[in-house]
Amino acid sequence: MSRRALNLVKNGQPVALTELAPLSVADFREAILEAVQEGDRLACLCADTQLRLFAVLADDAGKTLRVVRTQLDQPRYPALTPVCPQAHLFERELAEQYGIVPEGHPWLKPVRYHRPWTGGEPQPLPLPGVMDFYRVEGDEVHEVAVGPVHAGVIEPGHFRFQCHGETVFHLEIALGYQHRGVEQALEGGPHPLSLKQAETAAGDTSIAHVWAYCRNLEGLAGVQVSARAERVRGLALELERAANHVGDLGALSGDVGFLPTASFCGRLRGDWLNLSAEVCGSRLGRNWLRPGGLQHDLDHTLAERLLQRLEQAWLETQDALELLWGAASAMIRFEVAGHLTPAQAREIGLVGVPARACGISLDVRHDHPFGPYRDHAVVPVLAESGNVHSRAWVRWRELSECHRYLAAALTDLGRTPCDPRPRPLPGLAADSLCVSLTEGWRGEVLHLAITDAEGRFARYKIVDPSFHNWFGLALALRGEQISDFPLCNKSFNLSYCGHDL
Amino acid sequence: MSQALLPTLLNLLLRAFVVLLLPPLIPGIITKIKAWMAGRSGPPVLQLYYDLAKLAQKQAVFSRTTTWVFLAGPVGTVAALLVASLLVPLGHTAPLLAFEGDVILFAYLLGLGRFLTVLSALDTGSAFEGMGAAREVSFSALAEPALFFGFAALARATGSLSLTPMLQSHGMWTAGHLSGPLMLILAGWGIVFLAENSRIPVDDPNTHLELTMIHEVMVLDHSGRPLALILYGASLKLVVLGALLVDPLLPVLSKGWLNGLAFLGGLGLLAVVVGVVESTTARFRMNKVPQFLVAGVLASAFAFLLLLV
Repeated sequence: MSRRALNLVKNGQPVALTELAPLSVADFREAILEAVQEGDRLACLCADTQLRLFAVLADDAGKTLRVVRTQLDQPRYPALTPVCPQAHLFERELAEQYGIVPEGHPWLKPVRYHRPWTGGEPQPLPLPGVMDFYRVEGDEVHEVAVGPVHAGVIEPGHFRFQCHGETVFHLEIALGYQHRGVEQALEGGPHPLSLKQAETAAGDTSIAHVWAYCRNLEGLAGVQVSARAERVRGLALELERAANHVGDLGALSGDVGFLPTASFCGRLRGDWLNLSAEVCGSRLGRNWLRPGGLQHDLDHTLAERLLQRLEQAWLETQDALELLWGAASAMIRFEVAGHLTPAQAREIGLVGVPARACGISLDVRHDHPFGPYRDHAVVPVLAESGNVHSRAWVRWRELSECHRYLAAALTDLGRTPCDPRPRPLPGLAADSLCVSLTEGWRGEVLHLAITDAEGRFARYKIVDPSFHNWFGLALALRGEQISDFPLCNKSFNLSYCGHDL
Repeated sequence: MSQALLPTLLNLLLRAFVVLLLPPLIPGIITKIKAWMAGRSGPPVLQLYYDLAKLAQKQAVFSRTTTWVFLAGPVGTVAALLVASLLVPLGHTAPLLAFEGDVILFAYLLGLGRFLTVLSALDTGSAFEGMGAAREVSFSALAEPALFFGFAALARATGSLSLTPMLQSHGMWTAGHLSGPLMLILAGWGIVFLAENSRIPVDDPNTHLELTMIHEVMVLDHSGRPLALILYGASLKLVVLGALLVDPLLPVLSKGWLNGLAFLGGLGLLAVVVGVVESTTARFRMNKVPQFLVAGVLASAFAFLLLLV
């Protein structure tokens, strides 16, 4: 079964389910394993109540996406994880959501601690965070438990370290405290609230998520979005990226106790966020996009004003960050912590900034271009060392790309008239599947919509980049100092709610 | 008789002011300098006074696993520091207590305070506090030699084992062969000062990240009045150890009150220097801290060697 024979799909374009012939379970496994062997990435693996399994395989270098599906006749199948570690969290999710047992999975534990969606009461009832953790035996090994309540104002998550003195042997991360049931709420949709739910799947990645959602709807409804609307959406996404990258770089320098950049970036992040607020009234970009186009467009006076403020913010950001790159005491901290090899990154299917920091060219805007990125190419920013410094460096270089894009977009947008308000979308195509990927500031955001005979969502799957990357953080900490954990954690800066949904 | 009493009374008053009321101002100055360097306006200089007043009105919460040892930490540390402050001269004014060998008492009063803090941290049974205690003990084991080599060098130079003649050895700067060793001692003690007061680059007093803390993590479970004692104790430690750095640098002035003022000025300047250091450097990685402390040990040991030959 060669991967060439698998069904090719395009980012954001629907396919009828009839065109996706179900494979036998053995062929399904074989297809995934072979594709991953050849360098593809398992971008998504999910099931639905009818025990259909869907997998999305991304060949990023070849710029193609493939979808395979199978039909299980009983809720069990031989697990992929022992051969393909990328699948481990997806398979744990399958078991939790639908009671589908991936046989031979080495670490089958709850992901989000909810009752199975298929009904029934499991015994014992899942309690968040209550499970057996991996333990290292030995007299000199000690265990440190951090969270779910943390000292800073951050989201809840539990971290269990197995340490030998200051050295971390193993870190296990238990999340699920932020589970709100987003995917379930979207089923049977689109409902009036679905847009809001997609927007808040991960609150700091509103634009990337809502854009992926809009593109699924537009694809399934067969609606073309105007070039101007696409450009404004790109503006929104890049503003979100810039604000978060500035905030992250400031927080990174705060974590090593380098105060000037931490203070400056804390303020500058607000300046970047306020640019979004100028257009849509929300610093987090809520209510900006809507299916079919935009909720808020910007006229030429606003575009000009934004351009001025953008240049000012960019100048000050450069100043603040040059302080950081010039501080040897901060650089030495960045360079020795949180090392990941490209091989590890590929094996666990890392995406986004941490993957690019390992030198893996992976950027949806480049590999599976959508919207304005088809005409305005983005070159993925790469670093080599895979440590905290590389992840910070990638953010910094991306900031400069962001600024370039934003300045060009604002100049262009000032010259063309605003779009009329979009009309409501027609009904969605029935019995179809649509995969939509966007590149959020953390990395690849994937939304997979499968419609039923009435054109409602039979299954809506969201994969936040954090879902792929949390395990990367655990790996990055092996053999490192426990006191470097906060720094490593911040260099990944993953979302808890994006993982927990 | 009355003429001799007045200066003594004044000295007492100055001392009571410096030891009991002044210390919370020092962290305030450091914080203000840091804020200014970062372009912020920062909290008021008197913020720690407000915090202490607030904490003094609060009830303390005690974990069920703790015993009286938990309370002995803050109380014992402040008591030890208050006694230590009696021994140390504040500028060129006489301390309340001075005798041959008080330098040993001084050093081990600091040690006693640390010992009690570590015990009270271990008493909570928390993994964080145990980790912090382990770090504190291993790092202070390296800071102590730096302090003692400095004392040994000064004892050799002044022929006394009492803090007052050792620190008020203003003649050392003018005697050419002694100024070099004195600079080395001050460099070594500067490192001890930063480490003992858990300042950047050794520790970060402002961080909220438990896993990176050294000293701060040991007091996480304290609240209310015990916490107020800990905060006051930390600021008192800045003054007591600061006196070691400031005293040898001060000129001798004609009037007693001028000498007192010079000491206060020196202390303020020290706070500014600490603020500037904290604003311009990042923290060391935890496993680099011992190297930094060893540098301090080497500096004072070298000073001692220079004085031996």
